[in-house]
Amino acid sequence: MRYHTPTTFEDAAQLAAQAKGLTRFLAGGTDVLVQMRAGMVQPDDLIDLKKIAGVAEITATDDGGWRIGVAVPGIALGAHEGLCADWPGVVEGMELVGSTQIQGRATLTGNLCNGSPAADSVPGLVAAGASVEITGPDGTRNVPVEEIPVSPGKTALKAGELISAILLPPRGQNAGDAYLRFIPRTEMDIAVVGSAVSLRLDGDTVTEARVALGAVAPTVKLVPEAAEAIIGTTLDEAALEALAKAASAACSPIDDKRGTVAFRTEVAGVLTKRAALIAKARAKGDTA
Amino acid sequence: MSKVHVTTSVNGDEVEFLADPRETLLDCLRDHIGLTGSKEGCGTGDCGACSVTLDGTLVCSCLVLGVEADGKRVETIEGMADGAELHPLQRKFIEHAALQCGFCTPGILVAAKKLLETNPNPTEEEIRYWLAGNLCRCTGYDKIIRAVMDAAAELRQEAA
Repeated sequence: MRYHTPTTFEDAAQLAAQAKGLTRFLAGGTDVLVQMRAGMVQPDDLIDLKKIAGVAEITATDDGGWRIGVAVPGIALGAHEGLCADWPGVVEGMELVGSTQIQGRATLTGNLCNGSPAADSVPGLVAAGASVEITGPDGTRNVPVEEIPVSPGKTALKAGELISAILLPPRGQNAGDAYLRFIPRTEMDIAVVGSAVSLRLDGDTVTEARVALGAVAPTVKLVPEAAEAIIGTTLDEAALEALAKAASAACSPIDDKRGTVAFRTEVAGVLTKRAALIAKARAKGDTA
Repeated sequence: MSKVHVTTSVNGDEVEFLADPRETLLDCLRDHIGLTGSKEGCGTGDCGACSVTLDGTLVCSCLVLGVEADGKRVETIEGMADGAELHPLQRKFIEHAALQCGFCTPGILVAAKKLLETNPNPTEEEIRYWLAGNLCRCTGYDKIIRAVMDAAAELRQEAA
């Protein structure tokens, strides 16, 4: 295995584009090293991105959003006051990934590129309307987060392409987001269902919303029907029931030891209702 | 397979070694530097027995490559005591009998030390969450939690 430490994303993309064998990019390493050890993946070329300037930084963008470097670990998201104030749902999703030790290494970009339908940080990003900047041999392009995973373990990135930053839009006023997941214990488990809601209020009325579900389909998915169920409402009982119904209707989960199809489908509705209420409370200034 | 020359600081000492890029930091600590206090329990980041700090951040050394430690600062269990003087956490683990087989203990001590540096007055719940990535199959955890609380109180110079 050749170990590379490029200092620009362009060089990293070139290295990957020219590599003949199996290539992996290394950011936090909490998935790649496990796969290497298990023998699932034996890269010929391992491209460490941590020597590229800015990869460990969270910076405010000119439009009022945030740019999160590909090597920013979970622990740094929770420690960033500005990001926590704007996008608590994104931060709480990432903070559910693994232990304190994993939080010291694991990244949003890695969680996304690992391609798990149960990735805890991804529904929050999708609900937030986040995008990724992709650098490839032909330059850079921006793509919505929901277009990156295409099936379990597979992404839409082409050979030689890599994510060079995660971009969160400006939060704006009277808005909030939240992520909830179901696991059968209190900590350190893989989501059976995950649900993220981001919304904006005018008074008590929802004017904008995005809903994303995890672990109930081959990929994390955006559910526009669920958002439509609450836009224009005050999240009254009828709206919450419609939201739950739309969320459950969007599920096409697998049956496995973590949960049955029926269980995941039901819980997706319940969690989405609860996440919407938390997002609403945050939009009204609740900082919990 | 060409080896990579790595220079790093371990417990304040500058250390150099040649690493195969596939070797983990844990492999390098144990096999190249001879620091065998950090243990390999699972090798996949689940058990925390290999916990060290890397530039002050708590990590599993089995999930870091040795080559990634180049130019960084590594702190391991071997750097915890001050000569013959045990760290208060080490002393309290003995007083509370917070270990049986001892295999998880170095990782738990390193993780607990980082907790008390971050939060000198943690609640029981905060300790349990912080140490959730450190598995112990002997103690049932209660004595570990009590030892950490007692050490925290001593470090704050309060009676527990």
